[in-house]
Amino acid sequence: MSLPQPAALLDKMTRDLQNLTAQEQNEVVMIGIHTGGAWVAQQLHQSLKLDNDLGSLDISFYRDDFTQKGLHPQIKSSTLGDIEGKTVILVDDVIMSGRTIRAAMNELFDYGRPAKIILACLLDTGRRELPIQADVVGERVTLADDQRIKLSGPEPLALSMATIAKQGSPA
Amino acid sequence: MSLITPSHIQLNEEGRLKHFLTTEGLSQPLLTEILDTADSFISTQERNVKTVPLLRGKTVVNLFFENSTRTRSTFELAAKRLSANILNLDIARSATSKGETLMDTLWNLESMYSDMFVVRHADSGAAHFIAQHITPNVAVINAGDGRHAHPTQAMLDMLTIRREKGPFENLTVAIVGDILHSRVARSQIYALKTLGSTDIRVIGPNTLIPKDIESLGVRAYNNMAQGLKGVDVVIMLRLQKERMQAALLPSEAEYYRLFGLSTDKLALANPGAIVMHPGPINRGVEIESAVADGPQSVILKQVSNGIPMRMAVMAMAMGGQNQTRQEEG
Repeated sequence: MSLPQPAALLDKMTRDLQNLTAQEQNEVVMIGIHTGGAWVAQQLHQSLKLDNDLGSLDISFYRDDFTQKGLHPQIKSSTLGDIEGKTVILVDDVIMSGRTIRAAMNELFDYGRPAKIILACLLDTGRRELPIQADVVGERVTLADDQRIKLSGPEPLALSMATIAKQGSPA
Repeated sequence: MSLITPSHIQLNEEGRLKHFLTTEGLSQPLLTEILDTADSFISTQERNVKTVPLLRGKTVVNLFFENSTRTRSTFELAAKRLSANILNLDIARSATSKGETLMDTLWNLESMYSDMFVVRHADSGAAHFIAQHITPNVAVINAGDGRHAHPTQAMLDMLTIRREKGPFENLTVAIVGDILHSRVARSQIYALKTLGSTDIRVIGPNTLIPKDIESLGVRAYNNMAQGLKGVDVVIMLRLQKERMQAALLPSEAEYYRLFGLSTDKLALANPGAIVMHPGPINRGVEIESAVADGPQSVILKQVSNGIPMRMAVMAMAMGGQNQTRQEEG
């Protein structure tokens, strides 16, 4: 299976996000999820010409697998401005189980009550474990049980495929 | 006493923290990870909603056999901001045999399904003793044991130093005062050494400096004028009169004249040197009010940093216990 080029996907996502937010009454802010999502958000933030600050979210303190895995050894700080009453474009690199997005939304609400959250993901690999769907997707791909996709970056962004030894917990 | 040698009982099989008993023997990457994690918690403390859900449903017991206001309340706040339930127990020092009393207390508390004990005790080695005898999967955090260690205080001090002065490698740090009775000083020295400080000094009268202190890799001074020269960080210690069994000091006035941090003496350190104190401060005994309240003082920042640091250590230790629990299946 050949993986798409991120640049082409970002163009498509930019167009879709423009259409989706064209009629938006509220201020639009963008927040990327560490680490890959923050890289993708950086590109989209530029291409959409958003003039407010790009936010970032580290969901380590909100993960639902803390009791199995403990605390992530390298935690970044979440940096976001005021989201109260705003439309938040939440950005991640790959959506799979949906657990990361659930954690991210839980964290977002500890910063304020956004008017709306739009979810944008570079890739959707399916295999959902929670009823969460992205509004904007670069491309949908199908993976075998032992396949995982990894985004490297921030410059240039590149996708690569990895094979995992055993059924791990999805990203 | 074999109980208080540096031990690996605070690490799980993957080398992650599962208790936090001493800074001695912990690796530089691990100490740095603790500091980085605390830094991440600082950002959560600036929000309207200061709690994160990490320890939701866990029960933390503050087990204080010795009085404390600051440490106990910051541990309590830290636990609450991690969404844990917390029980505060102040247990007066018992005259009966310590081992038995301690174990009886613990067995009772274990029966209440506690997940973590935060222990302060007047005896050196108490937290180690508890960690060795506790049910598996219960984390123990040392909140100060006798003269031995006070690792969360040392690490919140390291966090404060790193945030105020940057990397440890080029910093000259002086710890001033009652080194002999200070568990804080000992924990600070181990942490500073591991984090890369090469010029660590202790300053105080001979009677309050342990004979073998230089074996820890620090230099001892009996004179403030010499000891404070070129220093970037001045850590003042409280005179622990309650732990002094003999006449180790001529008088408080004499001590202040020689070792109290006055504006004049602070001028001997590097410009921009920061002044720290673990509290509670004795104004006019070890530090002049003008210094404690002055622009170089970071004493209240230390208090603020105590909360994210204790959140970091509690979250990491609980996480390390969880890993173990998983492995046991």
